[in-house]
Amino acid sequence: MAVRVSSLVKPRGAWWQSLGRDERLWVGLVVIWGLAMFAMIVFIWPAIGARDNDIQAYRVDPATFHDKVEAFTAANKVGEIAGVPVVAAPAGGDAYLEAAAFSWRPFLQLQRGKQYRLLLSSRDLQHGFSLVFGPRSLNYQVLPGYITVVQITPERSGEFPVVCNEYCGLGHHLMLGRVIVKD
Amino acid sequence: MSMQASLTFGRRCQVTDLVVDRSAEHQIMAHAVTAVVYLAIGGILALLIALTRWQWVHLLPVNTFYELLSTHGMVMLIFWILFFEVAGLIFASTVLLSARMVAPIVGWIAYAMMLGGSLVAMLLMLTGRATVMFTSYPPLLAPPTYYGAVLVFAVGAIVAVVHFFVNVIAARRRGDVGTLPLFTFALLAAAILALWSLAAGAAALIPAFLWSLGLIGPPDPGVYRLLYWGLGHGAQQVNLAAMIGIWYALASLTVGAKPVNEGLSRVAIVLYVLFIQMGSMHHLLADPGIAPWVRNLNTSYFMYAAVMASLIHAFSIPAAVELAMRERGLSNGLFGWLRNVPWGEPGFASLAVSLVLFGVFGGISGVIMGGPQANLLAHNTLIVPAHFHMTVVAGTTAAFMGISYYLVPLVFQRQMMLPAMVKAQPWVYGFGMTVLCIGMGLAGHWGLPRRHWDVTFSSTGPLGINLLAGSAEPTIFLAIMGIGAIIAVTGGAMFVLSIVGTVFLGTRTATPDLGYVSPEAFAPMPALVAGGSEDHPAAAHAGAFEVPGTLVLALLFLMLFIALYGYSWIELSGIPMLFR
Ligand SMILES: [Cu+2]
Repeated sequence: MAVRVSSLVKPRGAWWQSLGRDERLWVGLVVIWGLAMFAMIVFIWPAIGARDNDIQAYRVDPATFHDKVEAFTAANKVGEIAGVPVVAAPAGGDAYLEAAAFSWRPFLQLQRGKQYRLLLSSRDLQHGFSLVFGPRSLNYQVLPGYITVVQITPERSGEFPVVCNEYCGLGHHLMLGRVIVKD
Repeated sequence: MSMQASLTFGRRCQVTDLVVDRSAEHQIMAHAVTAVVYLAIGGILALLIALTRWQWVHLLPVNTFYELLSTHGMVMLIFWILFFEVAGLIFASTVLLSARMVAPIVGWIAYAMMLGGSLVAMLLMLTGRATVMFTSYPPLLAPPTYYGAVLVFAVGAIVAVVHFFVNVIAARRRGDVGTLPLFTFALLAAAILALWSLAAGAAALIPAFLWSLGLIGPPDPGVYRLLYWGLGHGAQQVNLAAMIGIWYALASLTVGAKPVNEGLSRVAIVLYVLFIQMGSMHHLLADPGIAPWVRNLNTSYFMYAAVMASLIHAFSIPAAVELAMRERGLSNGLFGWLRNVPWGEPGFASLAVSLVLFGVFGGISGVIMGGPQANLLAHNTLIVPAHFHMTVVAGTTAAFMGISYYLVPLVFQRQMMLPAMVKAQPWVYGFGMTVLCIGMGLAGHWGLPRRHWDVTFSSTGPLGINLLAGSAEPTIFLAIMGIGAIIAVTGGAMFVLSIVGTVFLGTRTATPDLGYVSPEAFAPMPALVAGGSEDHPAAAHAGAFEVPGTLVLALLFLMLFIALYGYSWIELSGIPMLFR
């Protein structure tokens, strides 16, 4: 075996050496595992998984987005909870949700098994959309000036809270929205 | 190499035989003491924050909580770590090379800027004038003094890093240094990553600073996040490279371990420099405005090149320990060496705690949630801080603590105080961090958000939905987190007490007792015999495996990794919502 030195001492002479049997085996496994994880994320899961990350994005002026949310609310409102409109998004259509310090509006009513295009944006600061199923949550970043667009299909009925999980000021913990999934 | 000439600028250490530059020594002291003070402050804040998130205690009022959380993040992730790292950079580029510091005055200017900037930023956060968290995402606005202070700190750190390069280059020019020691080589990689990170941070914060002065409009929030995470995560890559260097150093100090394959270890360090910064994009996996292929390429292919590097170190460090034990005849069978390693040496205990917690919990959780799909279940939940407490706190900080038990007595020339407490410290700290991160991780895995004062929504009126009401699980997880925090902070306090005690009250001595230090740790490489037979690869690896015990441990680790990785995809399939 070649002369080896402490990591605190400078090596001299020809200290490069070929890999031993142990190292060859480990490095080989590590390279295979790295490639396997790469393949899983880039090729395999997109082909087989029904839950994936294809976030689409638009640029938007916050005032324009607010108008869209208002129009969406007026057209599809089905009720109110504590002053917040409950809006039934058209099945297969768009569902708008606006974050603002410190609220999520409107409350969304969806139908189980139907697909929706969820459009998320912010009127002011950065917020975090967090739909809490308990256990587990689904989370997207929400930025002013951008629309975060995702396709969702709820598979479980019930009422789920929407929490803000990006710190947005001293009332951050007051932000609470709701997604109501009907059978 | 003329030692006579060298001695004009410093003293010869009677323990290590290294020549210690006086200015370097004083600057290491200044940075180390400042770092430990910040660690102590951050630790007190950590306890108060954890006892607030432990819902049963819910200690702090709302504004105080966010103020202290902002301060805690900044003080721990940036100030404690960077002051300590600059101390390490100075040590590695001067003392360890028996070389002199090129421009002491520049070093002091860097220190003054770092100290001034960090103090102002901390005080603004503590007093509620910059409650913007460590990330200060626009359009959340902080006062210009805050951005200015952080920028002054960052420029000071850049000056310190450049000074490191200058010291190394000057030492090489004088011909004192041929190939750098592996420890210095790892810190060189850390310094390169630090320059990149600090530059990205400046690019994010200068526009924010100008905006806070009213000179320009608000920065684009998406672009800011991209640049900011070049700093926010980049700084953690600096920690990683520094920590790896310290792992090798601690293994050499405590068992006389020598890297089994110097070349392989160095290649793995170079992989960090080339690839790891691209992994910073995993902070943007749930963001709008980044094309999926960019996300995938940066966080899978390129990041895995860096993950491979970590897996190589995770193998080669235990391998070096095993081989050192075998060479000394302290091993029989597969794992006999593990029985004989010095578990009671704080340096070795810190290495073990740091390596296992960083690798097993931090590494695996990071790779899983760093994937673009699984990240959507983890983004901004408590599992994110659980992950980075495993890496930066249980991993990096434990390693920094471990090396301090050698550096502080040697540099300050004082006898280490409270040796019995020091012996227990790594285990108390490691146990506390494990409990803390299990609780926090499970709470985040359940779905609880990070940076949140009240998950019961008790002040939200008729809208309130108590996240803790439906199931006992998250309540229990938060309690585990709180109890873990108490133990971990106790372990941290043991470190601070012993170090502060040593620095101010330890008995002065030129030959502090460091516990067991391998005589080979600082022994120069033996001179080559003429026609030396040093490099005969064919003869080098004849026969069986050299480190069978490490190989078995590494394979078990890989199996756990594969199992948890596989389970994460099964879990993803069970979310009661399809999403794309
Ligand atoms: Cu918010």
